[in-house]
Amino acid sequence: MKVWISQHWQALGLTVKQFFFKPISSFLSVAVIGIAFSFPLGIYTVLENLQSFSDHFVHSPQISLFLKIDATEFDIENINSRLESFDGITSFQFISNEIALAQLQHESGMGDIALHLKKNPLPHAFVIHTQHMPSDKLEESRLTLQQWPAVEYVQIDSDWIKKMYAFVKLGRVAVVMLSSLLGVALVIVIFNTIRLQILTKQEEIEVSKLIGATDRFIRRPFLYFGALQGMAGALIAWIIITLGIKMVNDNLTELSQLYELSLRLAPLSLFQILLLSAIAGFLGWLGARLSVAQHLSRIEPK
Amino acid sequence: MITFDNVYKRYPDGYEALANLIFTIHAGEMVFITGHSGAGKSTLLKLIAAIEKPTSGSITVSDQIVNKLKKGMIPFLRRSLGIIFQDQKILYDRTVFANVMLPLQVHGFEKNVMERRVRAALDKVGLLNKEKAYPITLSGGEKQRLCIARAVVHRPLILIADEPTANLDVAYAQNIMDVFRSFHQVGVTVLIATHDQTILNDSIARILSLNQGKLVV
Repeated sequence: MKVWISQHWQALGLTVKQFFFKPISSFLSVAVIGIAFSFPLGIYTVLENLQSFSDHFVHSPQISLFLKIDATEFDIENINSRLESFDGITSFQFISNEIALAQLQHESGMGDIALHLKKNPLPHAFVIHTQHMPSDKLEESRLTLQQWPAVEYVQIDSDWIKKMYAFVKLGRVAVVMLSSLLGVALVIVIFNTIRLQILTKQEEIEVSKLIGATDRFIRRPFLYFGALQGMAGALIAWIIITLGIKMVNDNLTELSQLYELSLRLAPLSLFQILLLSAIAGFLGWLGARLSVAQHLSRIEPK
Repeated sequence: MITFDNVYKRYPDGYEALANLIFTIHAGEMVFITGHSGAGKSTLLKLIAAIEKPTSGSITVSDQIVNKLKKGMIPFLRRSLGIIFQDQKILYDRTVFANVMLPLQVHGFEKNVMERRVRAALDKVGLLNKEKAYPITLSGGEKQRLCIARAVVHRPLILIADEPTANLDVAYAQNIMDVFRSFHQVGVTVLIATHDQTILNDSIARILSLNQGKLVV
């Protein structure tokens, strides 16, 4: 056991040494792997965030009810009491046209325009949160509300979220396809790297075989190298994505203030990072294993 | 220790290297194999180390039937041997010390044990002061002694050398032979292929003489 551990330890040491023996070429191939991986990873991150964002809306649909521009105090009172007894509503909020105008001035940067208006062009409105319900039920409620007196227009705000939801689903398929392709590419890159390494170490391999090295012993450093390179690639991909998220978030802050939403991309979780490096490590190992199987047996001492 | 029973070796191109070889080398013996170049000396040694397979016949080394060994067992046979190759097979990208350590790494020893054994082997062949040197800086005799150190560092019971004194002047050759004799004296079975007549004349060891692949009695 002790010997087994020390042999693995030696192989790992050799691998690290090999990695830094040609630092530039090692770094370049790792960078290629990292950049390639950052594509599907980036798309995945965005989709993941869109998903949690849209989840929030899908689970508590929101309806906006706009009153006619000439609606009276009485109309508002009427709607208010009707809403209170309406089925399926979790909460609602009245937004008067003055508040709406003030918000518009304050937040959307159109304050100047609003100042020059002689009359408030905005209607009174209600923002209604309903329970989670299927879309046909939601549509039914919308039509009912639309029939009420003094109601100009009723809009389901979460409609676009639904469209986005479908879009996210489609994007997922793209991520899976892209990562599968790039996974295969990673295996090929490592396969070739290991092939070159075996070629340059031909003599050493031959001598090792002559003095009684098992295939397992000869394979070991190459397999470590493949796995390590894959994991280093994953690390680079993670760094790229983290920087990307930071840059996007810096710009999102402004946008989210405008829309009154907290739009922020969440960074990758520790689990996701570990999973990513495990997958990349495995693919690297696989590439090395295939390469070794292909090329080592050809080196037989004579 | 080593038994050849009716061994034939024919290469794929039809060349018959060895024919009807029958002999036994006992444990602790020192034996020379001699003959012209092309007589089959190297082929004989390669058969022992399972580098080549016999066309027919059977070879036994330390109670293992070499020609029937599974591929996965061949490394373990080779570990029981110490081989000095005709073309030396020194790795020039690492120090003398690292070259000698290679068999121990293959075996899987702990680091401090390895270092101790490498120094002991280098000391035995008189290269201890060169442990940090790179092989390219060694003289012909020193390179040969490096090969011997690498062959004996894991303390094999059988030592095999293919033309160990080729290209060495007489003084160096004597020196190398003294090293072999010292291993023989501590009980190692030593098998040396050579066509160096001065060595053969000096020695009282048994001589197996090959001519065109056959033993000359």
